Amino acid sequence: MDRFLFLTFGGLSTGAVYAAFALALVLIWRAARVVNFAQGAMAVATAYVGYAVASATGSYWVGLGAAVLAGLLLGALVERVLMRFVGHANPLNEVIVALGLVLLIQAVLGMVFGNGYRPAAAPFDTDALTLGGVAALSPYDLWVLGAVLVVVVLLALLFTRTPIGLRMRAAAFAPEVSRLLGVDVSRMLTLGWALAAAVGALAGMLVVPTGLGLHPHAMDLVFVVAFTAAVVGGLDSPAGAVVGGLLVGLILSYVTGYLGPDTTPLAVLVLLLAVLLVRPGGLFSSARARHV
Amino acid sequence: MTGVLEVEAVSAGYGPVPVLRDVTFAVPAGTIAAVLGANGAGKTTLLRTLSGLLRPAGGRVRFDGADLRGVRVERLVRRGLAHVPEGRGVVAELTVEENLRLGGLWRSDRADARRAQDEVYELFPALARRRRHAGHQLSGGERQMLALGRALIARPRLLLLDEPSLGLAPKVTAQIMALLRRLCDDRGLTVLLVEQNVRSALSVADQGVVMSLGRVVTAAPAARLRDDDQLRHAYLGF
Amino acid sequence: MTATRPSARSGVDRPAGPSPLRRLLPGAPAAAGPRGSTLLRHLAGAVLAGTLVVLLTNQLAPYQNLQVARVCAFLCVTAGYTVLVGLNGQLSLGHGALMATGAYTVALVQRAFDERGVQGRWILPLSLLAALAATALAGLVIGLAAARLRGPYLAGVTLAVATLVPAISTIFTGVFNGEQGLRFPAETPPAVLGAYFQPERWLAWIALLAALLTVLLLANLVRSRFGRSLRAVRDDEVAARLAGIHVARTQVLAFVVSAGCAGLGGGVYAVLTATVAPGKFPLELSLFLLMAIVIGGLGSLAGAVWGAVLLVALQDLPSLLTETFSLPSGLAQRLEGNLALAVFGLILIVVMLAAPGGLHGAARTLVARLRTRRRAPEH
Ligand SMILES: Nc1ncnc2c1ncn2[C@@H]1O[C@H](COP(=O)(O)OP(=O)(O)OP(=O)(O)O)[C@@H](O)[C@H]1O
Ligand SMILES: [Mg+2]
Repeated sequence: MDRFLFLTFGGLSTGAVYAAFALALVLIWRAARVVNFAQGAMAVATAYVGYAVASATGSYWVGLGAAVLAGLLLGALVERVLMRFVGHANPLNEVIVALGLVLLIQAVLGMVFGNGYRPAAAPFDTDALTLGGVAALSPYDLWVLGAVLVVVVLLALLFTRTPIGLRMRAAAFAPEVSRLLGVDVSRMLTLGWALAAAVGALAGMLVVPTGLGLHPHAMDLVFVVAFTAAVVGGLDSPAGAVVGGLLVGLILSYVTGYLGPDTTPLAVLVLLLAVLLVRPGGLFSSARARHV
Repeated sequence: MTGVLEVEAVSAGYGPVPVLRDVTFAVPAGTIAAVLGANGAGKTTLLRTLSGLLRPAGGRVRFDGADLRGVRVERLVRRGLAHVPEGRGVVAELTVEENLRLGGLWRSDRADARRAQDEVYELFPALARRRRHAGHQLSGGERQMLALGRALIARPRLLLLDEPSLGLAPKVTAQIMALLRRLCDDRGLTVLLVEQNVRSALSVADQGVVMSLGRVVTAAPAARLRDDDQLRHAYLGF
Repeated sequence: MTATRPSARSGVDRPAGPSPLRRLLPGAPAAAGPRGSTLLRHLAGAVLAGTLVVLLTNQLAPYQNLQVARVCAFLCVTAGYTVLVGLNGQLSLGHGALMATGAYTVALVQRAFDERGVQGRWILPLSLLAALAATALAGLVIGLAAARLRGPYLAGVTLAVATLVPAISTIFTGVFNGEQGLRFPAETPPAVLGAYFQPERWLAWIALLAALLTVLLLANLVRSRFGRSLRAVRDDEVAARLAGIHVARTQVLAFVVSAGCAGLGGGVYAVLTATVAPGKFPLELSLFLLMAIVIGGLGSLAGAVWGAVLLVALQDLPSLLTETFSLPSGLAQRLEGNLALAVFGLILIVVMLAAPGGLHGAARTLVARLRTRRRAPEH
């Protein structure tokens, strides 16, 4: 029972990171109808920036800010320089360009920083506190949960309460009509990519200290898990991404805890396939059917 | 003839084959011009070209004397041009309220945007009852009202309307036509009205522009098109 | 969109199967013969290309022959892969894992015989056939799921498959021996070729035969009715269905064929070193393969040849650079592996942005342009 609780808390904490990551995927999917396969690599790149700044300034928080800022810039750059010019004749084109970006980013990181693992310090203790004899959450887990919660709330406010959020939604749903109404759709697209990459950067900063370490491939599996989380929630639904992330975090925590860490990738695949074959729109998709 | 809108020898299309050929006409300020023609005549293509969604292959479009070439679509609304596109002008995922707010977002005069929004609700009480409903929950007629109302929030000087009567009850159609007339007479609004409903369009228009196979075959005062049996038979088929 | 569509696709649409082989043939008729002779024509091209490569291998040093062999092994994979992605529009990122499946099958079969002391020339073809069958089966399973998935979803699922390779090999350590991987008896040239026959040349021949058979089969396949169904399904599923094409079956079959080719290629790849290990089939391998078919031109078998050649050639780039410019060892170490990665990534991006038809499409456009220019003064 204790172990179950321990795994549950751990699952929620990693699930929160997956949620943030999935949210980043959903943001871009909604804005541009592109699954950003480079999300993981971009997050690794910003995490390198973050931890480099953190070790240079001695402050984790400055590093975190730098990573998020780098995410904003990188996202905008990727959209303005690459994605904008991808032909739409074939829906696979964007995926292929994103995959090229994965190779490029990982290679550049390897050339600049080397392929080895770099330690990444956590700002808080990662050892679990015991509550009434049960090992529960660590201070770091609490920080992760809190940070993701804040991001989710801020994003929700941005999209539902602000003019810029209304513009971004309209531009995503009906680009042509939005242009006729004076919305600069192309700028909204850039903004969407920038926001998503910033959220991804935050997720990257949060996930790296949890045993992953920092190396160019740190997010390979994380990306697959986050994609699964986004699919579980429905690629169109930000709320679904959050719930999907937590759910996948929990499931994987149990699988890893009870069956061993080697089974995790297998569990991810099974989960992903199960959701796609049973409910292709995701568990929380709206009634309107979408052909997967 | 000069006017708020001057279209000179415009040609445009979707690929190598032009849909519009050498289209020329003008709409004087404060008047309504009805664009008539069979399905596929190029009416929608014309409006899309005027508002810049489609790049013209040749010719010139002037609005208030200024050449519109190179003006980005999203800037046009700030110049006073509003385009209600054919069919799906409403953002289905947004609520009625959000759709209307979207129409006024670009305006720096927030207070007037709000006032304009209230006017739309007054004009179309059906919308006021459905403020919080999403666009896809509206009936076809309500959507048309919403799209038209949203365009009016921009307080445009030139309004391009693509089949506003589509799916509307005759009574509502008549209301909208009367509203357009009033806006023209009172506020000096200029309207380019694409319509299949020839009778009601001609009843309110000052001028009729008849298109066929991408060309303007005749541009004449609406009264003449209405009353001249020969013209009507030849171009409008009734 | 309508304007770009035909031009973007035209490089892909034409069945490009026999052309690379035919190009090598100076006096080959330019116009296609009657339909019935397609098989013969492809066969003649394959024999000719094979002969040329065999002659070439006689001149090459061992390492270069190994390179030829690797190109041929990759050609098996890229040829099948380009048919799936380019002609059928299914983006799989799991072909690295499928190669691993084929490689491990070969290793397991060969070891099984070796442990029982059984020897014979027939073990190699048998193990390769087993690799083909096992991978085709894996392809069937993935394909059945894939037939219900589209675009990015399929890419995501197969990406998940690709991340599985190391995990599977450690979960079933008893069978696959974890990170270490498996060794099996190395393939040696038969005695009839003489005692001093270069082993690498023999390996190149084996790989060449596999590649020729694969390309020959695929070239005929894309020319057949099935090939047309593949394209029809890619372009418009609804229309294909209305035309009486069984969409799901076509997609599954495409996946099975493509997977089989990947398995054969993976098997041959394993034979070249007589080892398999999960480290040889990382996630990037799938991306490398994608680069190879994109640079050649999606859907083009000729492009698959270009791609396989570049895949092998570019992987040698870093060592070539470090040797030529005698870089400091720290830098050399960082460039090791990463440089090829960066080049591949850049190629993927640049080709997709600038020449979605790939090298082959670009070359074709160029040739066509030159031809019209040459012809112009006559009129
Ligand atoms: N997106 C498009 N791509 C290619 N051709 C198009 C496109 N839209 C319209 N066309 C063609 O352009 C011509 C004119 O179409 P348009 O929509 O302008 O006609 P319309 O006069 O508005 O007809 P309707 O009364 O039916 O709305 C038609 O022949 C049509 O086939
Ligand atoms: Mg129309």
